[in-house]
Amino acid sequence: MAEKLLELKRVSMAFGGLHVVNELDLHVDEGEIVSVIGPNGAGKTTLFNLITGVYEPTEGDIVFAGRSIKGMDPHKITKLGIARTFQTLRLFLNMTVIENVMAAAFAHTRAGAFRAMLRTPGMRREEGEIRNLAEERLAFFGQRLMGYRWNQPAYSLSYANRRRLEIARATATNPRLLLLDEPAAGMNPTETHEISELIGKLRDEGGYTILVIEHDMHVVEGISDRVVALDHGVKISEGSFEYVATDERVVEAYLGTKATATK
Amino acid sequence: MTDAELPTPNVPDSLTEPAGPAVGQDEWVARHAERRLLRGGRLGAVEERLRAAPWWAWLTVFVCLAALLPVGFSSGYVRRVAFDTVLYMLLALGLNVVVGWGGLLDLGYIAFYGLGAYCYALLSSNQFDVHLPTVATLPIVVVVGAVAGWLIGLPSWRLSGDYLAIVTLFFFQIFIVVVTNGDHLFGHNVTGGSNGIGGVDANVRPFNLFGHDLPVAHSGSFNVAYLYVVLAFFAVVFVLLRFVNESRIGRAWRSLREDPLAAELMGMPVNWLKLLAFSFGAAVAALSGTIFAALNAGVFPTTFAFPLLITVYTMVILGGSGSQAGVIVGAIVVNVLLELLRDAGNARYVFYALIVLALFGVYRLSVRLAVVLGGTIALGFVVHGIASAIAKSNVDGPANGENWLIDGLRHWVIVPRDLGPWKQITYVALIGVILLLTLVRGWWRVALLVPTLYLAAFVWENVMLTAPEATRFIILGAILVSVMIARPSGILGERRVEIV
Repeated sequence: MAEKLLELKRVSMAFGGLHVVNELDLHVDEGEIVSVIGPNGAGKTTLFNLITGVYEPTEGDIVFAGRSIKGMDPHKITKLGIARTFQTLRLFLNMTVIENVMAAAFAHTRAGAFRAMLRTPGMRREEGEIRNLAEERLAFFGQRLMGYRWNQPAYSLSYANRRRLEIARATATNPRLLLLDEPAAGMNPTETHEISELIGKLRDEGGYTILVIEHDMHVVEGISDRVVALDHGVKISEGSFEYVATDERVVEAYLGTKATATK
Repeated sequence: MTDAELPTPNVPDSLTEPAGPAVGQDEWVARHAERRLLRGGRLGAVEERLRAAPWWAWLTVFVCLAALLPVGFSSGYVRRVAFDTVLYMLLALGLNVVVGWGGLLDLGYIAFYGLGAYCYALLSSNQFDVHLPTVATLPIVVVVGAVAGWLIGLPSWRLSGDYLAIVTLFFFQIFIVVVTNGDHLFGHNVTGGSNGIGGVDANVRPFNLFGHDLPVAHSGSFNVAYLYVVLAFFAVVFVLLRFVNESRIGRAWRSLREDPLAAELMGMPVNWLKLLAFSFGAAVAALSGTIFAALNAGVFPTTFAFPLLITVYTMVILGGSGSQAGVIVGAIVVNVLLELLRDAGNARYVFYALIVLALFGVYRLSVRLAVVLGGTIALGFVVHGIASAIAKSNVDGPANGENWLIDGLRHWVIVPRDLGPWKQITYVALIGVILLLTLVRGWWRVALLVPTLYLAAFVWENVMLTAPEATRFIILGAILVSVMIARPSGILGERRVEIV
């Protein structure tokens, strides 16, 4: 069995008396694509916020690459190699497309304010490297984010392209683990298909391990090595797509009654 | 287009700009805004050239022009105004780092300016008998400013937006209180209290650079050397800040302005970046303070008050927060305008020029423009004729500020000898009519504009010019309101969207 890249050990999160995540055990192996599914309010996005350090779990521990990341600042967690996208897009809208990606290279670059003011050769070399990195990351999306688009402000992009740009920005932090929060939300069938292919390509060519929240079951079916179903902050099922999709508890969580599964 | 058809993910060959996308295509749509910005024809070609010029070319031209200014103007007053303007530009550049790039509403900014001035005065005067050479004082003051900025920036870890504004404003008030009462600080006279540090006893030394004292005045008028010093400071600060903005730090600042949470999650240490922005702004402000203290041979607490803060903010917002060129233009426009409006004669030129320009900007060369201008002029002569026929005393009042313009205007606008209660009535009526103007459209507006303009000229000549000190700020406020309506991002600011 492959090495565990990320492991959550009995993680709980409560806001006051509201238990959003309850004693959750979860692991993601190196090179795996794991999908998290569950009805609205199941705690999926909270899970992402816990992993990336936006919230600190009230109980339990989160281990990334053999090191506990509980209570770390989010930017330090990103530096260790976890990057995410947002369900509600959070691009730097008034910056250009390429600047959005270049900005995300901050954690693994070094030149400080003084070297920038003096424009030392090392600083200029690093700027060139950041630029190349950004161009390479954008090229991953084919023609979608190329050429003239680089110098346009991010707000001029279409919705689907904004989603793509968010993924490009996340990959510019040089992550090992990529967290995608509903990458296919709001996309048309063609674009959804494209995103499924892209997620596979991110793992195969980019070498990223991927944890993805997704509502579109076609996407989940197409990409997942393993599926985890959450409801009310509790893991109710885990396994292959076929297993989870036919699991009675999952069907119940979605539909509320013990109806026959159609899928 | 699917990914399979695409070339390998590396630097693509499609980088070269395509000759021209077909109408309606994806790219054509995406470039629509860009095309609208560019004019065709000869003027468009010139504009394109100007846009293509790099920033350092603009900076060089600007600094050269400013440096040549004393050649053309021997008046100490003009030179002093030029000096003040460049000093304001320096202040605006510093504020732009915090507000424009970092997106942090820092209302304590002027405290750092004051801190720099007081530090300079303490380090080169008889107050504590410390007389450091200027080359040593400047770096010390800049470092002190940066450290103070770092500390005052700490609340920004937990506060943002208006909350941060209030807390920094509070620090500004503390600064004023401490400085004004600093003559009994733990039993020592540190800041000279409300008298400040100045005068013969304190003997605040002027700058001493390269072994030469730069006396404040040359045979009674402003020493032009200070203009060159402040210009050099400005150029250096401009370039250094520009370099920082074009680095990863600058990108991180702008990311922080756009979305602090996303910036943090993309690996940028947001709290540290906020403090860095505060530090940079404060250091620039402190540097500006040293020149101010040296030139005035003293510092006084009343200088570093709220109106100055508002003035610098106006410059940044009017010019375009976030754009270095913008805040410079803002500083020039605001300071030069305020100076011009001091004198009634000059103020009259400014007033009528602004009205004609604004009309031209709104109506261009159209029938409506002709109707408005012609109507207003005709109305004036009619009213003047009637008023003088009734009584000569209606039109032979005293003129404020003599120049050729009023000689002509006297036959058009009525200036009664005694206005009585009409002073207040017409002023309030003017405000009412202007508000009414915003409610009507089309030819109704044109029709209403004619009496409004005449009323404005009447109020200007009879009411506003009699109180120039208040008038100049009213005019500045009116300009600010109009610019913010027409261009919310400022004169040279980039268009920004909040939520799309």
